[in-house]
Amino acid sequence: MKNSLANRLWKIITSPSRMMLTVGAVIIMISLVRQYTGISDITSPGAAGATIRFTIPILMAGLGGLWAERSGVINIGLEGMMILGTWFGAWFGFLYGPWVGIFAGAIGGALAGILHAILTVRIGIDQAVSGLAINLLGMGTARFLSGVFFLGKGGDINISPQVNSIGTFTVPGLSPFLTEIGSKHILVISDVAGVCAGFITKINWASLVLILALPLTAWILWKTRFGLRMRFCGENPVAAESLGVNVYRTRYIALAVSGALAGLGGAYISVISTGNYLEGQTAGRGYIGLAAVIFGNWTPAGVLAGSVLFGLTDALRVRQSTSVHALLLVVITLALAYGVSKLRKKDWKGFIIGVVIGGVVLAYYLINKVVPDEFVTFFPNLTTILVLAFLSQRLRPPAMAGAPYRKGEESS
Amino acid sequence: MSVAIELKGIEKNYPGVVANHDVDITIAKGNIHAIIGENGAGKSTLMKILYGMVKPDAGTIAIFESPATIKSPQDAIGLGIGMVHQHFMLADNATVLENIVLGSEPMKAKVVVDYAKAREHLQSIIKTYGLDISPDDLVADLGVGVRQRVEIAKVLFRGAKILILDEPTAVLVPQEVDDLFKNLKGLTQNGLTIIFISHKLDEVMAIADSITVMRHGTTVANLVPAKTNKKELAEYMIGGELPSPRPATTKPREEKVLVVTNASANDRTGREILHSINLEIHAGEILGLAGVEGNGQSELIELIMGLVKPDSGSVVTVGLNTQDSTLREIRDHGVGYIPQDRQRDGLMMAATLWENRILGHQQTKPMSNGVWIDKGAAKADSERIIEEFDVRTPSNTVLANALSGGNQQKFIVGREMSGDPKMLIAAQPTRGVDVGAQAIIWDHLIEARLKGTGVLLVSADLDELFQLSDRIAVIFRGTIVDYLDPRKTTPEQLGLAMTGEKIA
Amino acid sequence: MKRLNRFFWALAAPIAAVVFTLIFVSIILLMKGASPLSTFQLIASYGSQPENLVAELNQTVAYYLAGVAAAIGFRMLLFNIGIDGQYRLAVFIAAVVGGATNLPAFLEVPLIVITGVVVGALWASIAGYLKVKRNISEVISNIMLNTIASGLIIYLLQPGRLGLKGGLSDNLATPMIPKSGWMPSFHIMGGELYSFAFVAIAVGVLYWVVLNKSVFGFNLRATGMSFRAARASGVNAPRMVFITMALSGAIAGLTGMGELLSHTHTYSLAFPTGYALTGLALALLGRSNPVGIAIAAFFWAFLEQAAPALDLNGVPKEIVMMMQGTVILATVTSYEIVKRITRRQQQRLVGAAEAPRVDAVAKGVKS
Repeated sequence: MKNSLANRLWKIITSPSRMMLTVGAVIIMISLVRQYTGISDITSPGAAGATIRFTIPILMAGLGGLWAERSGVINIGLEGMMILGTWFGAWFGFLYGPWVGIFAGAIGGALAGILHAILTVRIGIDQAVSGLAINLLGMGTARFLSGVFFLGKGGDINISPQVNSIGTFTVPGLSPFLTEIGSKHILVISDVAGVCAGFITKINWASLVLILALPLTAWILWKTRFGLRMRFCGENPVAAESLGVNVYRTRYIALAVSGALAGLGGAYISVISTGNYLEGQTAGRGYIGLAAVIFGNWTPAGVLAGSVLFGLTDALRVRQSTSVHALLLVVITLALAYGVSKLRKKDWKGFIIGVVIGGVVLAYYLINKVVPDEFVTFFPNLTTILVLAFLSQRLRPPAMAGAPYRKGEESS
Repeated sequence: MSVAIELKGIEKNYPGVVANHDVDITIAKGNIHAIIGENGAGKSTLMKILYGMVKPDAGTIAIFESPATIKSPQDAIGLGIGMVHQHFMLADNATVLENIVLGSEPMKAKVVVDYAKAREHLQSIIKTYGLDISPDDLVADLGVGVRQRVEIAKVLFRGAKILILDEPTAVLVPQEVDDLFKNLKGLTQNGLTIIFISHKLDEVMAIADSITVMRHGTTVANLVPAKTNKKELAEYMIGGELPSPRPATTKPREEKVLVVTNASANDRTGREILHSINLEIHAGEILGLAGVEGNGQSELIELIMGLVKPDSGSVVTVGLNTQDSTLREIRDHGVGYIPQDRQRDGLMMAATLWENRILGHQQTKPMSNGVWIDKGAAKADSERIIEEFDVRTPSNTVLANALSGGNQQKFIVGREMSGDPKMLIAAQPTRGVDVGAQAIIWDHLIEARLKGTGVLLVSADLDELFQLSDRIAVIFRGTIVDYLDPRKTTPEQLGLAMTGEKIA
Repeated sequence: MKRLNRFFWALAAPIAAVVFTLIFVSIILLMKGASPLSTFQLIASYGSQPENLVAELNQTVAYYLAGVAAAIGFRMLLFNIGIDGQYRLAVFIAAVVGGATNLPAFLEVPLIVITGVVVGALWASIAGYLKVKRNISEVISNIMLNTIASGLIIYLLQPGRLGLKGGLSDNLATPMIPKSGWMPSFHIMGGELYSFAFVAIAVGVLYWVVLNKSVFGFNLRATGMSFRAARASGVNAPRMVFITMALSGAIAGLTGMGELLSHTHTYSLAFPTGYALTGLALALLGRSNPVGIAIAAFFWAFLEQAAPALDLNGVPKEIVMMMQGTVILATVTSYEIVKRITRRQQQRLVGAAEAPRVDAVAKGVKS
């Protein structure tokens, strides 16, 4: 039973035409919700802009995870690599300007990625152990370096001096026009316009540059020779080696890129989002990136979908928690629609499940005025667990990700 | 006649083991050349040397009459040598085309793979050699026979002129073997040379143009099928007369240790894997189970042990209905199990021998009192096994993974026979062990039979089946198709039965 | 001689790891302009002051339990990174239950402790279930479950739900556990040593005896070493994996009990996080051996207790965290190397045992 729900959901997520239809339906639904509740922030340009800001770090971490796992190495150290990214980004950003900072963040992450490669690929220690140790090391190093460098430079032991901001860009003409339409509260049109306005108003140049990592990753994975070889390192390293692929070197490169991407995500947080390094500011986004990889079924587009979903919840929580509450209406509608659709096929179980879920959420919606922050915080984690629990048969992780591989030894 | 490969004086030593020495082989271009030998005779090492995966300590290699040093598979590929591995080297989660181009991708613009060009090239190979594969299929969806063709296409794609096929028929059903042989003939007609590694004499006699026999790491004979026979080949392989086990003298008893009645079982996807099986084993009887690998043998074993429950019919093992008994209960009731994959299913490779002695007997005396393990008893009894079964090891505290395959197997057999089980399931008990170990294991199987153990002997070694079995059951496509009396049946008849042909 | 050899190799790895770490840290210290020798001396002398020693011992107990929890998982090749969530949820619910009941001491204390154990086991069994039934890596599910546990705790701690505002600090906390639910402390060396230490010792003994001597322990280790061989031998291997995960969670549920029962008597967000990493590190350092874990736990607690002294000496105390990370990596690396060396040694021995046969066969061939 749960499986058929899973399958359905999955088809919706994976098939392009269905996806378009679904996206359309969801837009209309959100629009209706916005109209009904009067909470216009749901589709305001501001919310869209905030979503971009919250999505990019998760997306970077997610792409980092994708690179690592596609090459056959699980990277739990993403969090530590992000932390190094935040520190390097802030410090070099402070010294030499924000662009240098972002670059330095990538370097910081890449160094940790290479360490992960040395430990797991060359020495062959457990990938989870190495990843966790790198998280610890990343945390410790950032703290240590803060104490050494920030004091007396306008920062403190857990906070860096301020970094100059990178300029933003707004599409002239179109942006005010769309914003104007967005504020008119016309069903659907205003919502689409509002969100689009958010995408072209005061967008940080860094956001534009970093987002290129997504198409670039997809292109490398599916079109280039390196991508093909990297995927085989994750699927069957023994076969890859037998055909002349240097598995070790490929994994080294993949992990360096993985770390660099995570570092970029970290640098984005410190240089762009807050403008300085704050201890603990990654707040587990490395792990959320890992979640986005699973949610996205190890595909770049999927990672994007996961990152946007998780970024959106983050953004709405920070801006106006009533928004999340209002969006429960969408969940309720979806659940009830699912139940009713099952009725047609005389699938009573499905009907009951749909109605019960819809009913429970509806009851919650009516009783409470807001969704507690704490629940929103772990929404990505809960989603991941549910995806894993109900869709595990449908997931296609790289077959040998996480398995130890020694050159010249039979795989065990 | 031009020579494709000439090996002279090849030698390879591993710590404590001589894997290859004094290997001399000459292979003519356009031939199918079989290399046969027992497991452990050094065939695999030799092929790894030829394919650049292992460096020889001495000797010379000449390819197409010019000397060659092969340091890596890339060198081998460059020289036109391709390897079709026994365990397929394919990624499930990728297409046939991707699997084939990997490692020798045609490129455009330096970094981008030119898939269009690759597809064109592959299509021409498919056409030339009549290989039935489609480039865009996902490998995960393909059957074993098709996967093997993908492997062959892979090496042809690299322009291989010499193909090494390592035990290519081990995983195939007879029809697929026929298809493969047709494909191989097609390849040699196009001028390719094939090295065919096997230990199945029938196949070698059927397909090879010339044969090299290996034993104990060296080449002992070069022969032509027309001028030899299976008996001679077998004698070269084992270095003397085939050891024959003592013939059975006693009659099986009345009492039954296994009664399978009309049992059918489905796999997880609902496909029927065992169909209406009827099987009985008496105490003091060895029932041989013959069949081409993959026809339901392992599923039948799981069914008998209660790991798989029948969807219809019933299975009563040593008096317990498996429907409502756990494997633990069944094993504790007196079932020994010698698994086919000894390293995965039979041993804890990272544990000591005495700990491995406990495995399977952890809940029964003398290894434990049900709650606590008796380490002393385990050590003492593992010492007994080492003695009785001639397990070559410095002590019982050695880790299982340090032993050679034959010694591991002797230890497992000893363990599974201790406590005189009512029933013993022996899957390929002598596969991959040397002749000495084989004789020891055979002796003990017969002794167990005399003591009243009912034995299910699953084997691909027809001689073993004929020599040991009181009766032979033939399994084909998940069902028992025939019962044969080994005294009144010829190997040819048995072979026919294994392919599903009814003997008149 | 053989025994001596094995003993040497068993100790070689951790010693090599510690030496490597000291060298690494010394380099950093030198770069910082501080003298390594005097810094280590400072750590040693500050850490061994009596009142600090007691605090270290109390911390050791908590770390030790986290280490044992991790070690149980390791025996099954499970990587229980969820110890953090399991321990905090356990100590939180236990505090709530303790705060809501007022039974005689001989019932109240066990009630609180058992609540913690059960909560830890249940929370861990979610990951166990996903692992066994859905084949999902326990690392991923546990990481997610840790965050969910944090969210749940913060949510439930709000005033009006299960928590209260106020008390000593302005922190949110659960209601005070009545005196009947307190465990005594011992006054020694000017400090208060929690009596929960005895429970920890008992857990360690139990862990060792059950794992190494009992049939259950054998089945557990067998499943960890080879899932398929254990299954073929009659062990219900998937169930063993599930039980192990739950057991690990149960021990994790004990981790915060000393602090709760003998010191704070209430749960607040001041309870530390990060026990999962620490526990895993200690289990690695101690090779899943209870004595080894105890030594490692004390070493860990010692370093952390001594850390503030570094700041006084102009050395950032965060260097301790770097030391810990380095120790983990160095240990795992050196164990890996030692494993390869000893395996080669053994193969040579076995090769020697088999050699006479090879000769005999070779002779047989020639004749």
